[in-house]
Amino acid sequence: MNMAVRTPDPKKLIKGATGDWEVIIGLEVHAQVTSNAKLFSGASAVFGAEPNMHVSLVDAAMPGMLPVINEECVAQAIRTGLGLKAAINLYSVFDRKNYFYPDLPQGYQISQYKQPIVGEGKVLLDMPEGVVEIGIERLHLEQDAGKSIHDQHPTMSFVDLNRSGVALMEIVSKPDLRSSEEVKAYLAKLRTILRYLGTCDGNMEEGSMRADINVSVRKPGEPLGTRCEIKNVNSMRFAAQAVEYEARRQIGIIEDGGEIDQETRLYDPGKGETRSMRSKEEAHDYRYFPDPDLLPLELDPAWVESLKAHLPELPDEKKARFVTAYGITAYDAMVLTLERASADYYEQVAKSRDGKAVANFMINELFGRLNKDGKGIEASPVSPAQLGAIVDLIGDGTISGKIAKDLFEIVYTEGGDPKKLVEERGLKQVTDTGAIEKAVDEVIAANPEKAEQAKAKPTLSGWFVGQVMKATGGKANPQAVNDLVKQKLGIE
Amino acid sequence: MTDLTALTLAEARDALKAKTFTAVELTDAYIDAMEKARVLNAYVTETPEKAREMARASDARIAAGKAGALEGLPLGIKDLYATKGVHTQACSHILDGFEPPYESTVSANLWADGAVMLGKLNMDEFAMGSSNETSHYGSVVNPWRRNGSDVNLVPGGSSGGSAAAVAARLCLGATATDTGGSIRQPAAFTGTAGIKPTYGRCSRWGLVAFASSLDQAGPIARDVRDAAILLKSMASVDLKDTTSVDIPVPDYEAAVGKSVKGLRIGIPKEYRLDGMPAEIDALWQKGIDILRDAGAEIVDISLPHTKYALPAYYIVAPAEASSNLARYDGVRYGLRVPGSDILDMYENTRAAGFGAEVKRRILIGTYVLSAGYYDAYYLRAQKVRTLIKRDFETVYAQGVDAILTPATPSAAFGIGEKADADPVEMYLNDVFTVTVNMAGLPGLAVPAGLSAEGLPLGLQLIGRPFDEETLFTLGSAVEKAVGTFSPAKWW
Repeated sequence: MNMAVRTPDPKKLIKGATGDWEVIIGLEVHAQVTSNAKLFSGASAVFGAEPNMHVSLVDAAMPGMLPVINEECVAQAIRTGLGLKAAINLYSVFDRKNYFYPDLPQGYQISQYKQPIVGEGKVLLDMPEGVVEIGIERLHLEQDAGKSIHDQHPTMSFVDLNRSGVALMEIVSKPDLRSSEEVKAYLAKLRTILRYLGTCDGNMEEGSMRADINVSVRKPGEPLGTRCEIKNVNSMRFAAQAVEYEARRQIGIIEDGGEIDQETRLYDPGKGETRSMRSKEEAHDYRYFPDPDLLPLELDPAWVESLKAHLPELPDEKKARFVTAYGITAYDAMVLTLERASADYYEQVAKSRDGKAVANFMINELFGRLNKDGKGIEASPVSPAQLGAIVDLIGDGTISGKIAKDLFEIVYTEGGDPKKLVEERGLKQVTDTGAIEKAVDEVIAANPEKAEQAKAKPTLSGWFVGQVMKATGGKANPQAVNDLVKQKLGIE
Repeated sequence: MTDLTALTLAEARDALKAKTFTAVELTDAYIDAMEKARVLNAYVTETPEKAREMARASDARIAAGKAGALEGLPLGIKDLYATKGVHTQACSHILDGFEPPYESTVSANLWADGAVMLGKLNMDEFAMGSSNETSHYGSVVNPWRRNGSDVNLVPGGSSGGSAAAVAARLCLGATATDTGGSIRQPAAFTGTAGIKPTYGRCSRWGLVAFASSLDQAGPIARDVRDAAILLKSMASVDLKDTTSVDIPVPDYEAAVGKSVKGLRIGIPKEYRLDGMPAEIDALWQKGIDILRDAGAEIVDISLPHTKYALPAYYIVAPAEASSNLARYDGVRYGLRVPGSDILDMYENTRAAGFGAEVKRRILIGTYVLSAGYYDAYYLRAQKVRTLIKRDFETVYAQGVDAILTPATPSAAFGIGEKADADPVEMYLNDVFTVTVNMAGLPGLAVPAGLSAEGLPLGLQLIGRPFDEETLFTLGSAVEKAVGTFSPAKWW
């Protein structure tokens, strides 16, 4: 799919004073490659060290130093390309992008310009209206720059080169996105894919995923408008806000008779607006040329095949399998497969159980509880075995759904074997009809007026069921209570 | 004791092995010679203490029977090579005070084989120049003078200090580098032997970069045998330089003195330039005759794209240099001239730190890579480069073993003589040598005679990729016929 064939969706258009506008969005995502060492040096690529502790002679651009490609970073780029269903280019070239900045010691960034390692691919988005396909233009490998620190000294800036030379993948989409919702969904999906592959941790707060967003507007059916690039957006929420603001800004200018200047802009989350960073005239001439220190990157097709063979199951495939194998809804499958760890957890529990029941319990109880604590599935205090035991206890009628919630909370906060806890704390569902009958008789006897009303209007019997459940501490089997109440009130 | 500095590297090696004298004695003789020859300005830094310390260690190893291939042999190192804790500035002001915490792979290879470091040798700033006049440390004086003249001549460049030091016997041999002729042209100007090996034969790690796709390390030596011995130690594959090539390093010395019988030598007609001095032409003919008489087969060949090599070289090399020299920004090491803001500091530092020739090449290189000019200049020059390479491949495929050409279009000229000339006139010094760098081939400059004015002239032998051995064989045949040449000592 591309911009030419994607039919404008009326629901995604923005209303302007002169009619509807279509927003055209393309993203360049910089994803930090998960690897021990940097792209062209042996220095550690781990985040969070003291300033300038992870700097090799190459990273500091000492005279006479030469880059040596890190094979693992290349493998990660290929895995990512394969995960994006993209073409892997067996021949690619590293270029130098030349510009001066104190946090760029070489005076150039080694990147890939005309011949990237990965070509066209795609990402599928699960939108409320259905699946939307976003084209990937390319993926290339490049070095990250260091970090300039401007707030440590009244007149000087400091430079931290720990990040200098760390491997990045720049993933460029086609201009296929049409709304801020799609931008959010695209970033989330890309993050999911990268995390599944283990090629980027997707941690936007630490800057390991950043987006440059190209936005333009047009009247549906008209040629593309002039675009503005919003640089370095580091959260999905900000990305959506930036797109909304920028689209309306551009529409406002055009509707007031103005023209859009092609420029680079920055999003200010504090003010909720984008502002100009530099115009097209101020744009750098990067003087790209092939890096003569590095030979072209030629890949062995057999190596690419072996990387492909060892690729994990990806979210789209996993989702489809969950729907067929476990009989759950596409939505539930999507939620369960957002994180590989969640999907693995689900499968461990659902393997020998009712997939629907497990999905419901996981999504409603476990995810809800973890969210409340700001915890990921990896940090879940309830293990798959414990969760499975709880689901089993509901399934065989030992406990009610309501008790299950209480039991889950106990297991979550205190731990323990759910089966034993049920015994020890007397949470067992009462299925002894004698005991339930006694309770029903008592409630009816205590509320003769209500009993008469209920005989006339059977829906009121629910009140009696609730009273009996309360009286039995929730342990009575709800179905049994229901049946007995109706029987005693004679409203069969 | 006779003058130890009169010995060749091979002779000194054998004498040390025979314990005729010690490494310390040999080193002291050179330290003494260096002190007396400071007028030549060949060294920018002398390291006598380090030299004696290394020589003592060599003597200990010789005594212990653990001598390396170059044990106890004193060498000079071009200032382009990173030497740990020792002045390394590529003879530029912008690297003021720079002493690297690392050693270049090539010099490390020499020390591993037991060689002794005498100091760092003068050169054109960042290896950009053909006369050694662009050095921040001043011109090097060629130990050779015209008959009956006391005019100071250039030693050629950029490895002018290396060539002058070897010719004046201020070291047994020297490291040098060659991007467009920087080993072969100064060797020709000083009556020394110099080889630019195949691109990838020596590691570039730790060599201050000029033009990465062309730069290659090599030795300048008294004679062909010495050059062969030095290259054997310098060459290696290096995991730190992915453009270095993993091919075993042969025993180059064994190729010296071998018969040239049956070797096919190509004589490219395109190297016969209009207005070339008659004595250069005569020298070339002399070389042809020598090799034919020694049993080689002489064949006329054509390298049709030769005339485009120099202009293409002066696009490719400056383009790479403009990027390679971007790191000299005053931020991390070397010179910093303060400014009102970061941009001002960059501009002040680079304005003060780079000399005129370096600035000229940065400007050319920046221009040819600029948007709108890239295709017309850089890309086209790269295409020319491919064609030049193909020219050579074609003749080698036809069975030519090596190519013989003059090394330079003239003998050494006077210091300052070309100061007011068009820079292109200086660039023309490289007209016979740049093709070899553009094609990545090995090229050996060997002295072949003296001009009418008594100055050395050299021939160039160009070989197949990684066939330096044939060049040493052919070079030694020329040398056997014409002998070696030494300047009369006047300093």
